[in-house]
Amino acid sequence: MSKKLSERRKFLLTMARGVGLASIGGLVWSAYLDEATAAPLLLRPPGALSESDFLSTCIKCGLCVEACPYDTLMLAKPGDNKPVGTPFFVPRDIPCYMCPDIPCVPVCPTGALDESSVTTENVLDIGAAKMGLAVVDEGSCIAFWGIQCDACYRACPLLGHAITIEYSKNERTGKHAFMKPVVHADVCTGCGMCEHACVTKKPAIFVLPNEVAQGAVDTNYIKGWDKKDESRLKDAKEIKTTTRLSKKSAINSLNSGLKDLY
Amino acid sequence: MSLSRREFLKSSAAASAAAAVGMSVPAELQANADTAESSWRWDKAACRFCGTGCGIMMATKNGKIVAVKGDPAAPVNRGLNCIKGYFNAKIMYGADRLTKPLLRMDANGKFDKHGEFGEITWERAFDEMEKNIRKALKESGPEGVAVFASGQYTIMEGYAAQKMMKGGFRSNAIDPNARHCMASAVVGFYQTFGIDEPSGCYDDIELTDTVVSWGSNMAEMHPILWSRVTDRKLTDPDRVRVINMSTYRHRTSDLADIEIIFTPNTDLAMWNYIAHEIVYNHPESIDWDFLKTNIVFAASPVNLGYGLRRAGEKSLMPVRADGSAGNYTAKEMETINHEMVHKVSAAEAPALEPYGYKEGDDMVNKPAGLKHWEITFEEYKKFLAPYTLDYVAKVSKGDPDESIESFKKKLQTLADLYIEKGRKIVSFWTMGMNQHTRGTWVNTLSYNVHFMLNKQALPGSGAFSLTGQPSACGTAREVGTFCHRLPADMMVKNPHHRKRTENGWHIPEGTLNPVGKQHIMKIHRDIEDGLVKFAWVNVCNAYQDSASAKHWIKAARELDNFIVTSDGYPGISAMVSDMVLPSAMIYEKWGAYGNAERRSQHWRQQVIPVGHAMSDTWQWMELSKRFTVDDLWGPYTLVGGKKLSDVRKAAYEMGYKGDTTMYEILYANERAKKNYPITLDKFPQKGYDNSDCNGDSRNVLGGDGKVAKGCGFMVHEYLWEEYASFGRGHGHDLADFVTYHKVRGLKWPVVDGKETPWRFNVKYDPYAAAAVAKSGSKSTHAFYGPLAKSLQQGNLLGVTDTKKKPLPDKAKIFARPYMEPPEVPDKNYDTWLCTGRVLEHWHSGTMTMRVPELFRAVPEALCYMNPKTAEEKGLKQGDLCWVESRRGKVKAHVETRGRNRPPRGLVFVPWFDEKVFINKVCLDATCPQSKQTDYKKCAVKIYKA
Amino acid sequence: MKKLYNSYRYLILRRMTQIGILVLYFGANAWGWKMLQGDLSSSLILGKIPMSDPYAALQMLAAGALLSTNLLIGVGVVALFYFLIGGRAFCSWVCPINMVTDFASFCRELIGMNKLTGVKQPASRKLRYWVLGLSLVISAVMGVTAFEFVSPISMLHRGIVFGIGFGWAGALIIFLFDLFVLKNGWCGHICPLGGFYSLLGKFSLIRVHHNEENCTLCMKCKVVCPENQVLHMIGKESLPILSGECTNCARCIEVCDDDALEFSIRSIAQNKKTGE
Repeated sequence: MSKKLSERRKFLLTMARGVGLASIGGLVWSAYLDEATAAPLLLRPPGALSESDFLSTCIKCGLCVEACPYDTLMLAKPGDNKPVGTPFFVPRDIPCYMCPDIPCVPVCPTGALDESSVTTENVLDIGAAKMGLAVVDEGSCIAFWGIQCDACYRACPLLGHAITIEYSKNERTGKHAFMKPVVHADVCTGCGMCEHACVTKKPAIFVLPNEVAQGAVDTNYIKGWDKKDESRLKDAKEIKTTTRLSKKSAINSLNSGLKDLY
Repeated sequence: MSLSRREFLKSSAAASAAAAVGMSVPAELQANADTAESSWRWDKAACRFCGTGCGIMMATKNGKIVAVKGDPAAPVNRGLNCIKGYFNAKIMYGADRLTKPLLRMDANGKFDKHGEFGEITWERAFDEMEKNIRKALKESGPEGVAVFASGQYTIMEGYAAQKMMKGGFRSNAIDPNARHCMASAVVGFYQTFGIDEPSGCYDDIELTDTVVSWGSNMAEMHPILWSRVTDRKLTDPDRVRVINMSTYRHRTSDLADIEIIFTPNTDLAMWNYIAHEIVYNHPESIDWDFLKTNIVFAASPVNLGYGLRRAGEKSLMPVRADGSAGNYTAKEMETINHEMVHKVSAAEAPALEPYGYKEGDDMVNKPAGLKHWEITFEEYKKFLAPYTLDYVAKVSKGDPDESIESFKKKLQTLADLYIEKGRKIVSFWTMGMNQHTRGTWVNTLSYNVHFMLNKQALPGSGAFSLTGQPSACGTAREVGTFCHRLPADMMVKNPHHRKRTENGWHIPEGTLNPVGKQHIMKIHRDIEDGLVKFAWVNVCNAYQDSASAKHWIKAARELDNFIVTSDGYPGISAMVSDMVLPSAMIYEKWGAYGNAERRSQHWRQQVIPVGHAMSDTWQWMELSKRFTVDDLWGPYTLVGGKKLSDVRKAAYEMGYKGDTTMYEILYANERAKKNYPITLDKFPQKGYDNSDCNGDSRNVLGGDGKVAKGCGFMVHEYLWEEYASFGRGHGHDLADFVTYHKVRGLKWPVVDGKETPWRFNVKYDPYAAAAVAKSGSKSTHAFYGPLAKSLQQGNLLGVTDTKKKPLPDKAKIFARPYMEPPEVPDKNYDTWLCTGRVLEHWHSGTMTMRVPELFRAVPEALCYMNPKTAEEKGLKQGDLCWVESRRGKVKAHVETRGRNRPPRGLVFVPWFDEKVFINKVCLDATCPQSKQTDYKKCAVKIYKA
Repeated sequence: MKKLYNSYRYLILRRMTQIGILVLYFGANAWGWKMLQGDLSSSLILGKIPMSDPYAALQMLAAGALLSTNLLIGVGVVALFYFLIGGRAFCSWVCPINMVTDFASFCRELIGMNKLTGVKQPASRKLRYWVLGLSLVISAVMGVTAFEFVSPISMLHRGIVFGIGFGWAGALIIFLFDLFVLKNGWCGHICPLGGFYSLLGKFSLIRVHHNEENCTLCMKCKVVCPENQVLHMIGKESLPILSGECTNCARCIEVCDDDALEFSIRSIAQNKKTGE
C-alpha cells in the first residue's frame, strides 16, 4: 500500500510508539495509584512510619497480621478502598490490645513498622505507640448527658493517663455529677479499646490518625510555663512571612499604592 | 381523648415543672402528658438492675418496649441512669429468649434425665412438676421440696412463692440469692437494731461531710449513688472527704482522698482499731448520754466455724485414709477441716487473747447460732485492748509495696475523721463486708463506732448497708422469702409469728413449719446429700452464682432429683435442669421492687410477654391448683425428728374440704375475689395489660390445657395488700397499692401518708417518737426493733447470769474479734482470689451479655492482677492463665492494667461470664451466723495456660 | 496409566508445589503454623530464614524507601536462588496466577480460540520489559511501590492467605484476557515480575536440554509451551534452552514422547554456544 519504511525509521517509529504507549499507561497507572493510596482515615499498626513513608516501605507481606494474637490487624483487600495489601485495623471491630511485647513490630522485614519508635530505653514500649488519637463527640457521648457510663475510661489500657474523668456538677438534677471522659493526646496511643467499648450505636469516642485528629502549633511561640515545650524549637526555621499585603516588594508597593489614597 | 392545645401546654408544662423540682405528678395529669406526646406510650417503672432503685420511664409502641428514659421525677436518679439502666429497653428481646416449656426427654417423649431438651406444653410441664413434687414429699417430706428464690423477684412474686412453699408445701426450703448478697447485713441489723434494713436514706449523701466506702466499689456497682457522692465532693471539696477501703484498687479510688488497701478479712481489725482509738485515746469523743440511754454492750462465741460442711454430713462420708471424705477430695478437706478444728494463727492470736486463745491453739468449732449476751463496757474495753495501731497495721496492710508508716498514717487519719467532733460521716458497704466468713460480725462492728460517737441514724451520719439486688430489700427481706423468715421481719421459729401469719393467710394453726434451716447453700448441700429431691430455680441463676459450683451441678445432673428452672434466657441453671420454663420478664408483668433506702416502687405490665412466657406468679398459681388440703396438710416427720402435725381436720373446720386446692386457699380465695376486682375502667388498671389476671391476646394454653384466661381478680393488688397488712403497725408500714402507682416510690415506714427518711430518730420516725413518748425517756433515738431484745449477762468468755434482762428501744455494741478466713494463701495456693461484678454486667450476665453494646464493651471476664504478680508467674498482659483452687480451675486472660489494680498476691476475676466460670474455683464458706457465702476470698494458684 | 503419569508428572508436581506453598502460607495465618509465614512479597521460613521479593525491593528503592538489612538479606536469599538455580521457575512453580493462565490456555485450546486469532500474536513479548521499566519510573515519581499496588499476583495470593475481597477480579480479568484477547497474554507478555525473573534467571543452572537426535518434529512441545519462542532450536540443534524467558515448567519434557527434551545442568561450554 505504501512504500516500505526504512529500517531506521521503522525503529524510531516503534520506539516512539513504545514511549507513547508507555506514557499513556504510565499516566493511567499513576492516576490510579494516586487514588488507591489515598486513605487518610486509616489506622496503621503500632510503630508505623508516616503514611507516605509507610506506603513506600511496606512490602505487604502480612507478617504483622500473622503476629497479631488478637486478629486485630488486617491486610487491605481490593474493594476495601484502602491501599491494597497494607495492614490496618478497625478498632470498632477489633482494637489493638497493646501487647507489651508488640509482636507485630519486630517481625516487619522492611522497617515500615519502626521498632525504634516504640522503644523506650532499649525496651519495647507499646505506650510509646502513636496509632492515632481518640476523639470524643460530646453530642453523642452519653456521659455528657449525665449517664454514668465511662465504659471507654474503664476499657482504656492507660486508664487514668490516656483517658481521665472530668467531674462537674449536674445542675439539672442538682445532686448528681457529670463524669466526662477526657482524652490526653500526649498519652493516647490510638489503640481503640475505647472505641470498641463505647456503648452508643455508632461510637461516640473514636480513633482518628493523628494527622487528621490533631492541629499543630508553629514554633514561633513557646509555652512559658512548660519547660518541655522548648523542645519544639529544634525544628524552628528562619521566619519569612508573606500576606496578600506584603506580596509585592516594598519599593513596588510604595510606587504603585499612591493612586487610591485620594 | 383529645386535648386542646392549651390543655396540652398546661399539662406538659406541669409535668416538666414537676419533674424539674423532683415531685410526683398526679396520675391523671401524667396520663394526659403521655397521650399528648405521640403514638408511643410512656409509663413509669423501676430499673431492673442494682439496689440503687433508679426510676425509669418505658416507651411502648405496638406492644413492644422500644425505649427507656431516666424518670426526671424519680428522687433517686432524677432522670439519669448508668449504662445498665440505659439498656433496660433491650434486655427482654435477646434472640434466644425462652418461649416454650422444655423438658429433657427420650425418643418417645418420656422424661429422661439424660435426654435432650424438647418442647412441651404448660400442661405437661405442671404434670411433671406435680409428679416430682409428690415423689419428693413422699420420700423426704416438706424438706425435700426446695426453691432457689431471688432478690429480683417482684414483691408479689416473692410473696406468692413464699405462700405456696411455706403455707402450702409446709417447706421452709425457699431461700433467695439475696442470701449471697445481703444476709450478713440482715443479721447485723437484727442483732444490732432488732429490725432489718438501714436507718438512713440516700439524702445522707448530700448531707454528709465524709463518705467511707468499706468493701464497696460504688463507682461501678452503684453508679448513680456514686455520682451523688461525687457531686457532694464537688460542692465542698475542702470539707468533704472520701475514703476508699478495699483489698484492691478499683474505680472508687478515683475520687477518694485516701485509699486504704487491706488484707482480706482485716476490716474486722480496722473497725476495732477505730473503736480502740475512741475508747483508749479519745474517750472524750464518746457520747455517754447517748450510750447510756440507747446502747448495751454484747459478746458472742468466737468458735463458730466458717459455715462449711461439717463432719458427719452425708456427702462427707466415708472419711478415707488419704484425707478425702465422701464426695470431697483430700485437698478440699484441707479447708473443710477448719470447720471442725481451726489452728489459731499468729496474725489472729493477739485478737483472740482476751478469749483465752494463743497462737497454735486448736479452736474447736461449735455451731452457736445467733447466741449473744450482754457484757459491761469494761469487758468491751478489755476486748478492744489488742487493737493498737501497730498490731492492726501489721495484719491489715494489704499492699506489700506500701510502707507500714504510710499505712499507719492513713489508718490514723481514718480514725481521726470518724472521731472529729462535728464531722458528719457515712460508712457505706456492700459485698466486701457482707460476703465474709465473719460478715455478721463486721456489720455489727461498723455500728459500734457510729454509736459511740453518736453518729448513727442522723441526717448525714450513719453506717449504711447498700443493697446489691433491685429487690433484695423489697422482696427477699421485707417479704421474707428466706428459709427462716416470714413477712415483715417475722420468724418461722417464733410461734407467735407463725400464728399471725397463719391467721393472715387463713390457713390452720400449726400448718407452718417451725424449722427454717435450709438456706441457699444448705439447699445445694441437701441436694448433694439426696434429701432435696425437687428444686425450682426462680428469677436467679443458682447454678452459676453458688461457690464450689461443681458439687452442686454434679448433684443436680447425677442424682435422682428433678430440677426446674424458670428463666427468660438459657443460662447455666437452665442447662443443668431437667425442665426449663419460660418466664415473663420484668416489664411483661405487674410488679414492685424495694431498694436500699427502703423505697418501694411499683410498675404496671407494659407489654405482653414474648412467646409462651408466663410470669412466675402465674406459674406458682398454676402449680397450686395441682395440690389439695388432703395432699399437703397431713402429718410429717422432719429430718431432726420434729413433727409437723396433721392440720387437715383444722382445715375442714375452717370450711375447706379435702379437695380444696391451695389455689383456692392461698390465691383465689373469697377475700381476694371480693376485695380486688378487675376494674379496667379505672386507674391504675385502665389501659394496661394484665396477663396474670385477664389473660392476653396470645391465648397461651395454661396448666389445664385450656386457654389461660387469668385468675379473674387483681391478684397483684391482693398479694400486695395482704403482704402489707403484716407490716402495718409493726414499723414496716406500706402505703396502699394504688398510691404507689401515683408516686415515685415511698420510703417505709409510711405512716399517715408520710415516708420516713431516718429511722430510730425521734425527729423523723413516728415509731421512734411513739416509743420515746411511751417510755418517757428524753432520748433523741429509740431503737425499737423487737428481735433479741432481752439478754443474759456475762463476760467475753460466756454467760455468767442466765436471767434475761430486757433492753427496750436499745441497740447493741458487739465485741467481735479479728479472725482469719478458713482458707488463707499458703505455699501451694499462694494468691487471694476475689470475685465480684463489673459495671457493664449484671450478676451472671444472662440479660446484659445479650445486650450487644454491653457485650462488646466487656465481652469476657478477665483475671485482674498486679503486673509484678504476673511477672513472678511468668505471665504477661493478655496471656491466658489458669486460676486454680482446691475445688476447680478456670482459664482467663491476664489483665495487669485494667480498671481493677490488685496489690501483689491478690487477683480479681468477675463472675458474670459463664465461659469463665469462677464459682467452680470459689469456696462455699459462709458466715456461720448469716449463712452468706464469702466470695471475696479463697486461695488459688495462678499459672500459664 | 503409566503414560498418563509420564505426560503429566511435572504438571502434577508443579501444582502440588504451588498449592502446597499456598497451604503453608494459609496455615501460617489461619492456624499459626511456622513453616512459611508472610506471603510472596516477604516471608519467613521456619520463623528464621527471611525471603523477600527482589522486584518489590527494587520498587521500594525507586520509591525512595530505606531498605532494611532484614529485607536485603531476604532479597539476597530469593535473588540468589533464582539467579543461580531456579531461573524463571517462580512463574511456573510458585506463582498462583500460573494456574489461572494455564487454565485459560487450556480453555483457549479447548474452544478453538487459537484458530480464530491465528498464530500471529498482536503484541510483543517485549512489552513486559517496558512495563518493568515503567513500574520503576512510576515508583520513583509517585513515591509508592507502583506494581505492588496493582499486582494481580499479590492480590490473588494475599487474598488466599489473608482474605480475598475483590481480589478474585484481577485473576478473572487475566483469565478472560488470556482466553479471548491474547494467548499467554499476562505471563508471556505483560507481567513485569515475569520480566524481572526472565532477566534475573538468565544465567541459572537448571535448564531444559534439547536432544535433536531423538526429535521426531511432532511439535507437541511448541504447542504446550507458553513461551514457545524459547524453543527455536527444536528439531534443529541439540541445545539447552538458554533464554531467561523459559519458566522451567517442563511441560515440553513431559509431552515429548521421544525423550528429546530433558532437564540438565547448564555447562559453561554450552553457554558459549548460546544463540537464541
